[in-house]
Amino acid sequence: MTQEETIRKAQKKTDEEAMIARILGGERDLFHELIRPYERIVYSMVFSMLGNEADAEDAAQTAVIQAYLNLDKYRGESRFSTWLVTIALNEGRNRLRKTKSLREDSIDALSEEAEGDYTPALLTDWREIPSETLERNEVREHLQKAIERLPLLYRTVLVMRDMEGLDMEETARSLCVTTTVVKVRLHRARRMMQRDLAPLLKRYAPKGKGWLGGWS
Amino acid sequence: MKIDCKHVWDHISSYIDGEIDQELRQEIDRHLQHCSICSATIDSTRNIVVLMADERVYEIPAGFSKRLHTRLDEVIRSESLDRT
Repeated sequence: MTQEETIRKAQKKTDEEAMIARILGGERDLFHELIRPYERIVYSMVFSMLGNEADAEDAAQTAVIQAYLNLDKYRGESRFSTWLVTIALNEGRNRLRKTKSLREDSIDALSEEAEGDYTPALLTDWREIPSETLERNEVREHLQKAIERLPLLYRTVLVMRDMEGLDMEETARSLCVTTTVVKVRLHRARRMMQRDLAPLLKRYAPKGKGWLGGWS
Repeated sequence: MKIDCKHVWDHISSYIDGEIDQELRQEIDRHLQHCSICSATIDSTRNIVVLMADERVYEIPAGFSKRLHTRLDEVIRSESLDRT
């Protein structure tokens, strides 16, 4: 993080804490403004966990309301966004436990230990796929499905870091793990995404040399 | 230090984020000059990371924000009533 970013984030934290003090002092409607910048991340986090829009929307609303009702418990030790994301993650986990029991968590815990030997999708050439390609439904679907196929532990970190742009420390704090764990999970998530997606996305790139194939 | 493909694959993420020491980065760069597979692996991973950051990957449902604030408003109003 650059010095400028550090200063900007510190200032934002101070501003938000002042806003929180006013909300707790009785200006309740200010809470709408406080959460407005974080609507997207709250939705993305629970959507990445639950996998469908209706459940994600309901979970996101519940998380925001939980944050409102528990605002007096926010201690300012972390940024408000970190605290809010933690609430969203908990809401997502609670719903997963109800629908899928705890299996997914335990399977994920195992997969973190035993990734085994890794081989990427073996390409000999990669031509840049521009972001405009995301206008195509099938490209967005390829990405969404690849994210969905990741074990939950890796999926969460990938969405926080690469999709929502949370920094290493904020991601680690939200997940109650060390930054080293975040780095390892992000690394594995990105490798899995490359292995899964590169062969699928390659066809959307400008015409070039072929792919060696071989990964299944 | 001479590195092989597997060594490069072990550092893809930190290489992309610029979080490896200079010596290792130079070794990887040297390897990439003659290894088209590792070059394509790093380029494709970096490309996917860039695509992931685009808001079109997860689109927020239409009207999401409005419905969220309406529901929140109901909670705020009912709480205010409880206090009176």
